[in-house]
Amino acid sequence: MTLRLTHTAKTYPDGTKALLPTDLSVGKGEIVSLLGPSGCGKTTLLRIIAGLETPDAGSEIWFDNDNVTPLPVERRQVGMVFQSYALFPNMSVRANIGYGLKMQQLPKSEIEARVTEVLEMCQLQPFAARAITALSGGQRQRVALARAIAPRPRMLLLDEPLSALDASLRGTLREELAVLLREFDITAIFVTHDQDEAMAIADRVAVMCQGRVLQTGTPEELYRNPKSPFVAGFVGNAMSLRGKADGATLYLDGGALTLPARGEGQTIFVRAEDVCIGDDGPLRGKVETVTFLGTHYKIGISGITSDTIASIHAGQNAPKVGDMINVAIKPETLMLLPQEVDVT
Amino acid sequence: MFKSKVKIMQLAVTLLACAFLFVPIIMSVLAGLTANYFKGISSGLTFKWVIEVWELYANSIFLSMWLAIACLVCTLIIGLPAAYGLARHPGWLSRLLEEFISLPLAIPGLALALALLQLYGSMKGFRASWTFILVGHVLYTLPFMVRSILAVLASIDLKTLEEGAASLGASPWQRFRDIVVPNAMPGILAGSLTVVTLSIGEFNLTWMLHTPYLKTLPVGLADSYASMRLEIASAYTLVFFILIVPLLMAMQWASARAQRITQ
Repeated sequence: MTLRLTHTAKTYPDGTKALLPTDLSVGKGEIVSLLGPSGCGKTTLLRIIAGLETPDAGSEIWFDNDNVTPLPVERRQVGMVFQSYALFPNMSVRANIGYGLKMQQLPKSEIEARVTEVLEMCQLQPFAARAITALSGGQRQRVALARAIAPRPRMLLLDEPLSALDASLRGTLREELAVLLREFDITAIFVTHDQDEAMAIADRVAVMCQGRVLQTGTPEELYRNPKSPFVAGFVGNAMSLRGKADGATLYLDGGALTLPARGEGQTIFVRAEDVCIGDDGPLRGKVETVTFLGTHYKIGISGITSDTIASIHAGQNAPKVGDMINVAIKPETLMLLPQEVDVT
Repeated sequence: MFKSKVKIMQLAVTLLACAFLFVPIIMSVLAGLTANYFKGISSGLTFKWVIEVWELYANSIFLSMWLAIACLVCTLIIGLPAAYGLARHPGWLSRLLEEFISLPLAIPGLALALALLQLYGSMKGFRASWTFILVGHVLYTLPFMVRSILAVLASIDLKTLEEGAASLGASPWQRFRDIVVPNAMPGILAGSLTVVTLSIGEFNLTWMLHTPYLKTLPVGLADSYASMRLEIASAYTLVFFILIVPLLMAMQWASARAQRITQ
């Protein structure tokens, strides 16, 4: 199913604009992530698509060729995974998964067959008869997913599906979820504030901030070609180099840097993996922190610009805290972004 | 365990308190079973008085049971949707309504009965029917039902659970039937037992509202104390105990269960 939103906005009764007029389309079978910090309107947008929130007048939501804007959630045929999972504590795993099918008034035998099928897909067979309270966080998450997918919804909506889990489990389940969603072959939208999660699962990411979608694109596009300082900072933690640009040269506290283009009136960003420590670098800074991360060191360098700059250093030995070091940044790795789009 | 003086003191105080509570009850029960109370237990034990109580007051017993069941049905019909509404729309208005429903707790039963008599006393048919007492009982027990359901509903994330059911295609009624009621069940059970127990034991209000043809169990008890042999009144107490104690125990069990869930 394709989803099309036109001019969709949400203003709360107290005047808070949770979502500014937004257009968004999601193709058939596409997995789109709404990524943004808390309070950016991503959950509001998801709830509007689900039908749990009424958008402002003039908003339109299309599922294929059906205008579903006036339909309540129970008639939109969407599957929803809630942040808290919202599993029914009065029912077993099997009954939870079968509930949507029961609402469709399918014959008992077919409900049984389809629940069994979904249980297998999500590897939940051993837990089928258990009570919800007897499940671990990861198992609950899978039951929530199984329950949402069992009635074969037109679209799957996931609200921070992994945030209720502890960090170690989140990593494993992230990949599992990415595999499962593709196996289901369903149009899916999921909300997250975690850029790694968005990158790992989504085909396309929509970065949101303060009630608007700033940029949509594949994870690679967003990472390599951010259109605004916010996207650069939020996706891949780009650091801004604050200095004075004069033509194609940027004057920083720690030295002068060659830019790929004229830099006046622009904000210049660089990513930690492009900050190279080496004797021939034109910039000079002082090592503040050294963190060993197994495959590489993360080194915090002060004195180059007003903030500490991080560098990913892959060598066998790292400089020591307090050392003065030279740093080089290749001009083509710098990102020049217009200042005025900065909405943060 | 009897080594320290403190322990012995504690035990003594506990036993004394128990005796204080139980001795009158045992005396009363024994009085209901002795052939002649003034001659004492030596006159022999008998069920004569219990049988006599049954013959004299069976109607009161049945009326009380009937009233309790009717009262339970009414408080469920009013209380469950009310508690659901209050839980679903928290705010100052709900708070105010909740306080309003709870008012009968603070007002003495006598005052409540007086108000009812002032308002409906002139409606002869209603005044003389059992439904008049029922109205009083419902007024008095409703807050217990609402509060006990509300406590359970407030402890679960009702809104998200309902949204979950709605996303699976459940209509508002199906959500209420499949999600709200089953999850509120411990509160409903605890509330129901409280209502039945209170309704059977209620005296203040009922004393004011009853007519000579409509005596409930506690009113009959007062009547038997006032006009019968002491043995009959005591046997009555025994009957009353047999009816109310199992209910009380069930109530304890149910409210303990409800509390476990709200924690």
